[in-house]
Amino acid sequence: MVTLLDVKDLKTYFFTYEGVVKAVDGISYELEQGETLGLVGESGCGKSVSALSLMRLIPDPPGKILNGEVLFEGEDILKIEMDDMRRIRGGKMSMVFQEPMTSLNPVLTIEKQLTETLQLHKGMSREESRKESVNLLARVGIPDPDKRVKQYPHQFSGGMRQRVMIAMALSCNPRLIIADEPTTALDVTIQAQILELMKSLTTEFGVALIVITHNLGVVARYADRVNIMYAGKIIERGSAMEIYSNPRHPYTVGLLRSVPRLDQPRRARLDPIEGQPPDLINLPPGCSFRERCRWAIDKCATEPPELMQVNDGHVSACWVPEELGTEAVLSGVSAEPSSNGDGT
Amino acid sequence: MTTLSGTQASEQSPTATGEVLVDVKNIKMYFPVSSGMLFQRSTAYIKAVDDISFAVHRGETLGLVGESGCGKTTTGRCILQLYRPTAGQIFFEGQELTELSSRQLRSMRRRMQVIFQDPYSSLNPRMTAGNIIGEPLVVHRMVSNKAEYREKVADLLQNVGLNPYMADRFPHEFSGGQRQRIGVARALSVSPNFIVADEPVSALDVSIQAQIINLLEDLQERFNLTYLFIAHDLSVVRHISDRVGVMYLGHIVELAGRNDIYRDPAHPYTKALLSAVPIPDPIADSKRERVLLTGEVPSPLNPPSGCVFHPRCPVATDECSQVLPELRQVRPDHWAACIRTEGSGPV
Repeated sequence: MVTLLDVKDLKTYFFTYEGVVKAVDGISYELEQGETLGLVGESGCGKSVSALSLMRLIPDPPGKILNGEVLFEGEDILKIEMDDMRRIRGGKMSMVFQEPMTSLNPVLTIEKQLTETLQLHKGMSREESRKESVNLLARVGIPDPDKRVKQYPHQFSGGMRQRVMIAMALSCNPRLIIADEPTTALDVTIQAQILELMKSLTTEFGVALIVITHNLGVVARYADRVNIMYAGKIIERGSAMEIYSNPRHPYTVGLLRSVPRLDQPRRARLDPIEGQPPDLINLPPGCSFRERCRWAIDKCATEPPELMQVNDGHVSACWVPEELGTEAVLSGVSAEPSSNGDGT
Repeated sequence: MTTLSGTQASEQSPTATGEVLVDVKNIKMYFPVSSGMLFQRSTAYIKAVDDISFAVHRGETLGLVGESGCGKTTTGRCILQLYRPTAGQIFFEGQELTELSSRQLRSMRRRMQVIFQDPYSSLNPRMTAGNIIGEPLVVHRMVSNKAEYREKVADLLQNVGLNPYMADRFPHEFSGGQRQRIGVARALSVSPNFIVADEPVSALDVSIQAQIINLLEDLQERFNLTYLFIAHDLSVVRHISDRVGVMYLGHIVELAGRNDIYRDPAHPYTKALLSAVPIPDPIADSKRERVLLTGEVPSPLNPPSGCVFHPRCPVATDECSQVLPELRQVRPDHWAACIRTEGSGPV
């Protein structure tokens, strides 16, 4: 069975007046059928741009996918004709966006939006697609679907709209759904409903899911594997269990340390990552996290680390992964920023 | 109705002791929804806040959590008199606020300030950071000359971890986290006693949130501030608050010390809310009990009868649709509005 998605050295840059923004700077990963992958990072790390690149939705100009291959079911979709891409997009590969109001067409009924996809990708007749759209709404838990299907997006709440988006994403039996911050705009209890729904549907139909988020908890609960992104690169990758119990990159450790946890005794003080993410137009030489890193050594300033193996299935782009792990997360505020050259 | 100010200090969970700074009594905030083209008349009311009471003690942080539409932001604004409540009273340092004129309120406003959620819309883009922070000083006549003004502004910037030379920059030249620091500095400029922090970190990235939370805690200690911390992120609220109130559709459904509310929630909504928050630890998270709520939050235009939570409540009975439960003490220093919670122990 071929790997569902194989991303190889994807680079997407934006050519602006101020300079070249290296939004995605050479990322590679694989996704198997039915797997859930968490793509984690904060604003500006490149996670959304990487997803849009997979779908070839990057505006050109100013953006350009410069490099790389994206093998979807063995075929490099970066090289195919746009017509063929349109068949895949919405069909075998679909996307759920963050802001459901701006993703749904406000002047068309839900029925129109759902039936359009069904007619286009599945070749259904108008009557068939109407019936199916009611079924889809029922499947995502919208009550009175036969009435609601005739309504407009503004008549739905945020959570309901997101369910409609999920219905649309599922409508053509995709092999892969990319969900870009699907629940960030929603309340916690609705978020839980939506995520449970997505997870159960993907399990039921064997659909692979890429969940893009900055919420570490969401990823822990729903992802099988995790990619952590920073400044356009994947800086750590592994199974969810592995990443949370044995983080081996200073940024991952920093994130886990800075988040208050409900299930643990309250710490006296949170431990933030000092400073800010770098300017993607003027990335520093060497490791892009170095300026905020407590464990940096001399080498970090000049040689950008590649992803190196920590253990089976777990890689990290750091020269001193042995300094990290759970102890680093638990040790709290006591660690001082490293000032001498040997990392001690 | 007595105020909910716990008088017993508990070793395990900090409870409210000491002087009451803010006393909210039975406030309601109803927003009229008018209809009709020719004759604009109110046909319905959005019951954003529907009879709540609580007290905030000097030096404490009271967290107010709930999902969108629960009335927490409206409550904060009522206290600050940014909205005039439809009913009820608000006492600040013993002074009743709702009857005061705008002019009388102005001097009170020096002592209670606000930090807003959105660092992008809460700063005037045409004013420099220094002017944004310094304007309150001028309005409240707290400085007598330009040198004093500059010095105070520089101090305030430093207090929030920003460099004084940034006073001449405009908001668009700062990052989200830095803008929020400016918002904090502005709130502090008049040396208030009480600050309503309305979702001050929700719009920020995770690692920046931690920076701002630490800053708020440091400032609280340094200047003996009292906070009403409004948020929907339960983990953050638990970290920063001494006591926590949970709101749903305009009502307070639970109020307790931070450890009690998280360890031993009494109200079914609180339990559902807590279980909906995923923990960044796959193994620990999978062991937790999951309570999934069905349905959507009802509209505050037409709240359900009796207990407003009953349509979504996993343990509701018939009586729940008829009786609006009062907030009553179910455990020491732990209050819940639910008829299904017994004296002690969960349902």
